[in-house]
Amino acid sequence: MGKMNRREFIKIAGIGAGGMVAGASMLQAFSPFQIDSKQILSTAIPGVTPTYCEICFWKCAGWVHKKDGEAWKIVGNPDDPHSNGRFCPRGTGGIGAYTDPDRLKTPLIRVEERGKQVFREASWDEAFDYIVEKMNKIKKEHGPECMAMFTHGSGGSYFKNMLRAFGSNNIAAPSYAQCRGPREEAYMLTYGETVGSPERTDIRNSKCLVLIGSHIGENMHNGQVQEFTEAVASGAAVITVDPRFSTAASKSKYWLPIKPSTDLALMLAWINVIIEEGLYDKKYVEKYTYGFEQLKKSVRQNTPEWAYPITTIKPHIIRETAREMAKNAPATLVHPGRHVTWYGDDTQRVRAGAILNALLGSWGRRGGFYAPAKAHVPKPKHPAYPKPKRDWRDAHDGKFPMASLAISQGICDATIPTLTRDCDIKGWIVYGTNLLSTLPQPEKTLQAIQALDLLVAIDIMPAEITGYADVVLPECTYLERYDDLRVSPGRSPNVALRAPAFEPKYDTKPAYWMARELAKKLGLGQYFPHETMESYLDERLKSIGSSLEEMKKLGVKHLPNNENELYYLDGEDFEFATPTGKIELYSTALAEAGFDPIPKFTKHEEPQDGYYRLIYGRAPMHTFGRTTNNPNLNDLMAENEVWINPKVAKEWGIKNREYVVLENQDGAICNKVRAKVTERIRHDCVYMVHGFGHTQKQMARSFNKGANDTDLISRINVDPIMGGTGMRVNFVTFRREVA
Amino acid sequence: MRYAMAIDTKRCVGCSDCVVACQTENNVPIGYCRDWIVEETIGAYPDLALEIRSERCNHCEDAPCVRCCPTGASHIAEGGIVMVEHDDCIGCKACIASCPYDARFVHPEGYVDKCTFCLHRVKDGKQPACVSVCPTTAMIFGDIDDKNSDISKALKTRKHKTLIPEAGTKPHVFYLL
Repeated sequence: MGKMNRREFIKIAGIGAGGMVAGASMLQAFSPFQIDSKQILSTAIPGVTPTYCEICFWKCAGWVHKKDGEAWKIVGNPDDPHSNGRFCPRGTGGIGAYTDPDRLKTPLIRVEERGKQVFREASWDEAFDYIVEKMNKIKKEHGPECMAMFTHGSGGSYFKNMLRAFGSNNIAAPSYAQCRGPREEAYMLTYGETVGSPERTDIRNSKCLVLIGSHIGENMHNGQVQEFTEAVASGAAVITVDPRFSTAASKSKYWLPIKPSTDLALMLAWINVIIEEGLYDKKYVEKYTYGFEQLKKSVRQNTPEWAYPITTIKPHIIRETAREMAKNAPATLVHPGRHVTWYGDDTQRVRAGAILNALLGSWGRRGGFYAPAKAHVPKPKHPAYPKPKRDWRDAHDGKFPMASLAISQGICDATIPTLTRDCDIKGWIVYGTNLLSTLPQPEKTLQAIQALDLLVAIDIMPAEITGYADVVLPECTYLERYDDLRVSPGRSPNVALRAPAFEPKYDTKPAYWMARELAKKLGLGQYFPHETMESYLDERLKSIGSSLEEMKKLGVKHLPNNENELYYLDGEDFEFATPTGKIELYSTALAEAGFDPIPKFTKHEEPQDGYYRLIYGRAPMHTFGRTTNNPNLNDLMAENEVWINPKVAKEWGIKNREYVVLENQDGAICNKVRAKVTERIRHDCVYMVHGFGHTQKQMARSFNKGANDTDLISRINVDPIMGGTGMRVNFVTFRREVA
Repeated sequence: MRYAMAIDTKRCVGCSDCVVACQTENNVPIGYCRDWIVEETIGAYPDLALEIRSERCNHCEDAPCVRCCPTGASHIAEGGIVMVEHDDCIGCKACIASCPYDARFVHPEGYVDKCTFCLHRVKDGKQPACVSVCPTTAMIFGDIDDKNSDISKALKTRKHKTLIPEAGTKPHVFYLL
């Protein structure tokens, strides 16, 4: 099979539907490897099966129930601290991931037939042989580092293991540079520790909670939402800073409808008030922090009166809210956020919040941030990985000194050939992440895809990325497989088991099996010493005095926790893992790298007349674009809407529920989307929920429903500190939908 | 004994878990629901309030659906729960027309369906599915004739309302404000 000139997007057809080329492997495709299926399922419990949810990264543990042998419902495990026995709508609707008739059903290989690119159904053997041949060719001609991987979700770990064994660590997760990377680096720089996931936020004990654009309740990070409502019910003063009257804003004592992109100015003004009025925790600051005097000097000009014209938040409100924070300290939590890649100075903005928390003395204190207990669960050993000659840092040309993980768009850039680079990335393995929606600048992603010799997509659904793959490997859902243990640090460290409740539907397979079979064919079988996940899990569980048998009955097991206090003791000595051993209000590492050691506000570009800043977020019943085709969850929300202030709508003559099309500053347009004309948003921005506007016809429920915000993110501001892609820098205007 | 439900609008975030939990528990077909979420915005920017409610059959004491049912399929079961006997329902939709809350629908199998307060679970001493899953514990179910029940206590201490009280049906789903 010769190399094709251009990788065309292939609309994946269902079995039996037109457009599918029935290859020689058709029969085999309908008769999966019986032996392996049995091995996978030999001890699955009928009736009730423990799992932890894969519909989002919160990974709540629960039980899968069957009725008359059919899938029935999934409910939370009361012993699970992620869910406290109560799943969110996505977890409850997880059953729809299993029943969705649009799932990928068999391995597919891209072939050219009569001048047209199509997928033909393939056997697993054929698919693996194809991948192995291409990977070995890339290794021989360019080196193993020219294989890269993008990943999101549990099964990615096995492919990571395979790729590291192969000799590459070009492994990126969009959850870093497109999401929470700036937060992790900001807290690392300030406290020498990250916030982690689930976050170490002690919200249930907070007396004052400050949300900077965090739309808790719309982001359904389960345990955190539960604690949020507990705090609200106990009378905590919530201060929500958001250009939109979010669900959280509606439950807040203060809603500060800030002008988008100016949050840092507000936070500096808060720091100014807290210092100038002497409201900070003097003992804490003196004992634990470094650089207070420099901070004081740096923010002297950042008065509430200075911040008012920038943020549109009135000075007396800034003072009042600063005093509210101080009054409740140290049980005041300035929430670090999660998706924080907004404007390109995100590490600095999040650091301003980290500094506020230090001034209020809330790190290590009840109602602020607790110190999570570690969970020690050793992993079975495998041989050491070969050391790659080129590192993922080389893909970024030495930029972004504080990046602790690979940057997705950096891998993407390193795939697009240039004259200055001696080696481009030639192959991608894409596990569970729909890069065309996940990464900003989709046209650039496509450019990179066109330069590849090999693109393997492992997915459950025919997400758009699969349409560009050479080989598509259909994974079974989390309800049909074992995965590695969920090991959770936190207030009470614990492990949770995921066991298969059902046999894999169609010719789908668990990722562990796929990665192991591929590794064996690559001559790397020694990196997967366990033939089945069952034996792996049993060995791992025995190391903590449990077993697979026990965990099947418990679902969740708490580990002994003798060593840890959740909060610092009064006056306790503590060394932070920063260069000075202190909480760095003034960051010595940033100073050394040539960045502002204390956050400074820089003005961001504002939309021109007739344009509005595009902001985006989440809905509680969906996880990005991964769930929009799930029958149960699609039923709750089938398409997104664009939120428009009534004054703006009136100017444009846009009526509520009417379809409009948005066009951005670069002429990029999105699919038609319904207008939600609402008082709940400022006049200078519009908002939509991310994850809609699918273009893959085979996802019948979600195809062509709503708009994809990523289509309008043609411009990014990259965070020079760690490479995060600020994506709220695009401005849109309206086009009436033409029928 | 009189069963009732109270929904805390201060806690509810409108996530719709109650909707999907009802759907899976009761095998409600995709495209139909026995409970649903309403978000009501009050005021104008920037002086706003938002009320989020999980709504369903109000299990009215003076239930027009029961009164107008020609076959007796709609009836009041134990604890005041309004039920529909599927086998007796002829699908005439008189009850649908009479319900001020738009709580009923015709199931694809031909009978009228709606919230049962999960009577099958309540009989087993369990909470209705929606109540049992609610991540924000915004829902309270119980016997309002029992002064010590959680719902009686909540209704005693919290300001509350019912929906469309002017319809005079004596609804038994309360909203804590």
